[in-house]
Amino acid sequence: MIVHHIQTASLICILSPLLGAAISGLAGKRIGNRASHTVAIVGLAISFAAAIYLFAQVVLYKVPVYNADLYLWGGSGRFSFHAGILVDSLTTVMVTTVTFVSLLVHVYSIGYMRGDPAYHRFFSYMSLFTFFMLVLVMGNNFLMLFFGWEGVGLVSYLLIGFWFERESAARGSMKAFIVNRVGDFGFILGIAVVLAYFGTLDYAQVFKQAPSLAGEIVDISGTQFSVITVMALLLFVGAMGKSAQIPLHVWLPESMEGPTPISALIHAATMVTAGVYMVARLSPLFEFSEVALSVVLVFGATGALFLGMLALVENDIKRVIAYSTMSQLGYMMAANGVSAFSAAIFHLMTHACFKALLFLAAGSVIVALHHQQDMRKMGGLRKYLPITYITFLIGALALAALPPFAGFYSKDAIIEVVKQANTPGATYAYYCLLIGAFVTSLYIFRAFFMTFHGEERMVDDQNEHKHGHGEIHESEYFILLPLVLLAIPSIFLGFMMVTPMLYSGQFSLLGSSIYVAPEFDFMTALVTHYDGPAYMALTAFMHPPFWLSVLGILMAWCFYVKYPYWATYTRKYMEIFYCVLKNKYGFDAFNDFFFVRGVRGISQFFYRIGDVKIIDDCMVNGTGRAISHMSAWVRKLQSGYLYHYVFVMILGLFAFLAWVLL
Amino acid sequence: MILLTHYLILSALLFVIGVGGIMINRRNLVVLLMCIELMLLAVNTNLVAFSHYLNDLNGEVLVFFILTVAAAESAIGLALIVALYRNRGTIEVDKLDSLKG
Amino acid sequence: MFADWPLLSLLIWLPAIGGVLVLFVGGDKHAARARFLALFFSLLNMFFCVLAYIYFDNHTYKMQFVENITWIPAYGIHYALGVDGISLPLIFLTAFTTLLVILASWKTIHQKVSQYLATFLIMQGMVIGVFAALDSLLFYIFWEGMLIPMYLSIGIWGSENRSYAAIKFFLFTFMGSALMLVALLYLRIQVNSFYILDFYEAPLSMTVQVLIFVAFLLAFAVKVPMWPVHTWLPDAHTEAPAGGSVVLAALMLKMGAYGFLRFSMPITPDASRALDWFMITLSLIAVVYIGMIAIAQKDMKKLIAYSSVSHMGFVTLGCFMLYIITAKTGNVLDAYMGLEGAMVQMISHAFGSGAMFLGFGMLYERLHTRLISNFGGIAKTMPIFSAFFIIFALSNIGLPGTSGFVGEFMIILSAFKANFWIAFSAALTLIIGAVYTLWMYKRVFYGTIANEHVAALKDIGKLEILIFSLITITIFGIGLYPAPLLDMFHVSVGHLLELSLRSKL
Repeated sequence: MIVHHIQTASLICILSPLLGAAISGLAGKRIGNRASHTVAIVGLAISFAAAIYLFAQVVLYKVPVYNADLYLWGGSGRFSFHAGILVDSLTTVMVTTVTFVSLLVHVYSIGYMRGDPAYHRFFSYMSLFTFFMLVLVMGNNFLMLFFGWEGVGLVSYLLIGFWFERESAARGSMKAFIVNRVGDFGFILGIAVVLAYFGTLDYAQVFKQAPSLAGEIVDISGTQFSVITVMALLLFVGAMGKSAQIPLHVWLPESMEGPTPISALIHAATMVTAGVYMVARLSPLFEFSEVALSVVLVFGATGALFLGMLALVENDIKRVIAYSTMSQLGYMMAANGVSAFSAAIFHLMTHACFKALLFLAAGSVIVALHHQQDMRKMGGLRKYLPITYITFLIGALALAALPPFAGFYSKDAIIEVVKQANTPGATYAYYCLLIGAFVTSLYIFRAFFMTFHGEERMVDDQNEHKHGHGEIHESEYFILLPLVLLAIPSIFLGFMMVTPMLYSGQFSLLGSSIYVAPEFDFMTALVTHYDGPAYMALTAFMHPPFWLSVLGILMAWCFYVKYPYWATYTRKYMEIFYCVLKNKYGFDAFNDFFFVRGVRGISQFFYRIGDVKIIDDCMVNGTGRAISHMSAWVRKLQSGYLYHYVFVMILGLFAFLAWVLL
Repeated sequence: MILLTHYLILSALLFVIGVGGIMINRRNLVVLLMCIELMLLAVNTNLVAFSHYLNDLNGEVLVFFILTVAAAESAIGLALIVALYRNRGTIEVDKLDSLKG
Repeated sequence: MFADWPLLSLLIWLPAIGGVLVLFVGGDKHAARARFLALFFSLLNMFFCVLAYIYFDNHTYKMQFVENITWIPAYGIHYALGVDGISLPLIFLTAFTTLLVILASWKTIHQKVSQYLATFLIMQGMVIGVFAALDSLLFYIFWEGMLIPMYLSIGIWGSENRSYAAIKFFLFTFMGSALMLVALLYLRIQVNSFYILDFYEAPLSMTVQVLIFVAFLLAFAVKVPMWPVHTWLPDAHTEAPAGGSVVLAALMLKMGAYGFLRFSMPITPDASRALDWFMITLSLIAVVYIGMIAIAQKDMKKLIAYSSVSHMGFVTLGCFMLYIITAKTGNVLDAYMGLEGAMVQMISHAFGSGAMFLGFGMLYERLHTRLISNFGGIAKTMPIFSAFFIIFALSNIGLPGTSGFVGEFMIILSAFKANFWIAFSAALTLIIGAVYTLWMYKRVFYGTIANEHVAALKDIGKLEILIFSLITITIFGIGLYPAPLLDMFHVSVGHLLELSLRSKL
């Protein structure tokens, strides 16, 4: 009975955003803007309600894991692929997070997108995105995962290019899709390995067989690799693309060309965390490969520090938060790398709230300033935008991981568990994350102070005079409501959830949906030192991350409020660092040179030389030319005079006679 | 006594004269047509001679066929020459080289 | 009651008769009459196709709807028709594509209308004949016969450089199939019959098999087309009218791949086994190299044409992987997926590429240019069209949920069974395909409005929306639920595998 309900609820949960998307997308012009956003939001609200129901059933009432195939997608030989749904605690946590943030962003968009000519299209895309994201997290096999995976990539492409008249948006959307495709290239190969060795794409069956495959070896061009390692690493390439890990992170800053609600929903809270979710979901595979875990850890930690540092020199407020997203994704990945999947998912949840909050607050600032995103042209906005100010501050404190805000619990746990871990590369990762904590609070408070404090630098681009103070006013209700609603979990979510998520041992919320091998179980060690969330917050000052965060805030305050000239000095004396950061470690230049121009050059070469010159000109038309040359020679026999022909005829006759008679 | 050989020699001569006429004549298409007639006549001579020699009337019947065909042919040929003359203003063999490749 | 009808003959000759009737309608004064008549015949054909589908039995590999009449007794030539799970979907595809072409010509063709429609109707009959023929000489006649309407459609309704393209197309395809005729005659002498199914039983020595394989290869490789005999396709596509391009992409290329499945692999299994590395190499070159070439294109139709070649590389790859896979795993069941993937890819490519050609035809009719640089910002002026086009583009790059994904997914997955590097190279198409398709989409549809011609564009009308909707539904239908299509293949593919994996030495 209850199983039946769960199926119904999950189908409602998945399909109602799709229905909303279809209605507002196909009939949006006809039914008008108000109706289309209503349809989309109602769809989302139903979905959110269903998600809450599922969460309650699975987490509170401990309903057994629901895993069922809906229909046979296709089969061939001894393989069959199904479309199926898996509802376990990991799913419900993800689904609740996704629908919650998505719902709020929908509401926010009413205000943010007001007056846009393609208003209904925007809502349609957002609901469609939610649909794909839900498929991604609720699928019970790799096929569904890949379907959702590419689907969210598609909607992300459409939304980054939402304002497609802008060259930068068109370019950014294309870049996002193609870089993601590089990841998916690895992903589909990973799926191919899974199918080749397990004979199925179903999670449950794959995970059941995984232990038996632990020692299996695959031979690729003469070199021996462990099957699970190859599999996990290829799948991780997919996660790298989607979750913007070095070196496939290059698309995320450019995705900021999309409207701000999108940056909040897709490029901060949900889609980019799909990679983290995937690694956690596939924990029964990753756990059998220390190499893969170590790679995940090192890539994650590196991103956490070095991509965060890029935010220090960025002046576009959205891009600062985008770099911050990459850095936080690095934290989550690092947690995955040390098998602290629950910590990764926990950070994913808290991050979804506070990062969406930061983005939406930034969006509120941007709206107030008439689409000005450059922080050098902001400042002192505190008195004009009080609610935005407060909510942004809450988000920033949560991001900087100060107790008792949400980010503190998740991030502190990650840093602690990495410290405990003995996965290869853990020490390096620990220092990365530790310094990363300092960098995080530095850049986010730099952005905070530059935007809301200090002198007012608002310059009207056209008239070069200061904005009249009356012009800047707090955003409308639809924008502020989601900010407030997101601020609440940004404060309390960590406090409330930390115990069930992380420190309940075998009774933890995620329970059996993730698997941690005994030798990598570093979380248990932490459980023994744990005495409740309040105690954890109160003893925060005994750990270095707290002090590093405080130091970061203080430094930001000194540099950008108290002694602004410090910043100028530092930049002058640290020219090299500044340059390196400003050029983003040269990734863009490298990609531009090798991949963009390189590939175009090679293609041109192939086309001009290979196809046009060699095949078409030499071989195809060459044959034609050879024949026409030969004919030009042979035609000389054809003099046109009858008597020549007769002469030849008679010669032929004689030759024939001679041949017959002799 | 006139033997078969004599007829054959005569017809061979006629034939060669015809061929030679075709090859040497570069002026007039009508001459060319006449040469063809001459060649046909050479063949006819052969046929009659063999027919008499073998006592087989088939040969002579064939001669009649050839004569009628030759008559028709020269009629068509002459008509063509007239048409050609109207079109091109000449029937000089040397100038008719539009078949030249 | 329909089960006893000579359905296949109807499918072949109805459109041909319809074509002749349409021709009799005459000049452009009666264009509307010709259009409705043509539409009637293609709908009728579609109806018979549906009947064939309904009466088709998935559970047997035996040929169905068989007709067999002695045609030229002196040489043992029969008028023999029949279909199995491999050819029926292609026949269905043919009927559907022609319907679309006729609908699409409604607004775009204004000169020699009845001739145009007749050409395509007759071509439809010929193509169905190719897929349904069981007698190899009949096959050959249809195979060559369909060149004539295609040649005419390029040569008469094409754009500026049409005669070069038409002649190139004709010479290429004709030269390729010359040797096929020799091979067929040789086989005829061996088995004393022209039946294709009898050829399957002929014992052949290795040398003979290789020679026959090469003779077939020339014919089929040109049609597919495989690298390096592909250069006729971009030219033919660029010059052909929209309908011609659609038929080229959707049907003609499939004939080549069908030839591999129907002739090369079952008739010369040992040669196929011995030369599979060669076929796989050519296929991978097509996938990667041709994909790269597509990136460099400035002409939109050429770009789609090259992407067609690249996708067809997937089809041939899927066809010829079975030998490596079975050698490696020893299980025939593992080999199904590559072949079935190849067949899904054939069908889905028809919709992806065909639809893109159709869509481009609508742009061309409005702007009369093929250069990508002359477009830009079309999404602003033609939003509905752009929305449809991105669906086709996405199907082209194999996004899950669209039909393009199914084939690619199955082929890449089974390629891994064969060899890591084959899968690696094949999967590169994920990136390359995205690059050329999206870059094209960006340049054509995104950005600011490029010039006043684009600014003056009007969005597509109801008829065009109907055509595109039909295609879109099919794309999503196959993408989201390919099982019914795959079910048609299973038994026939199983039989094909059995034939292709045995030794004839």
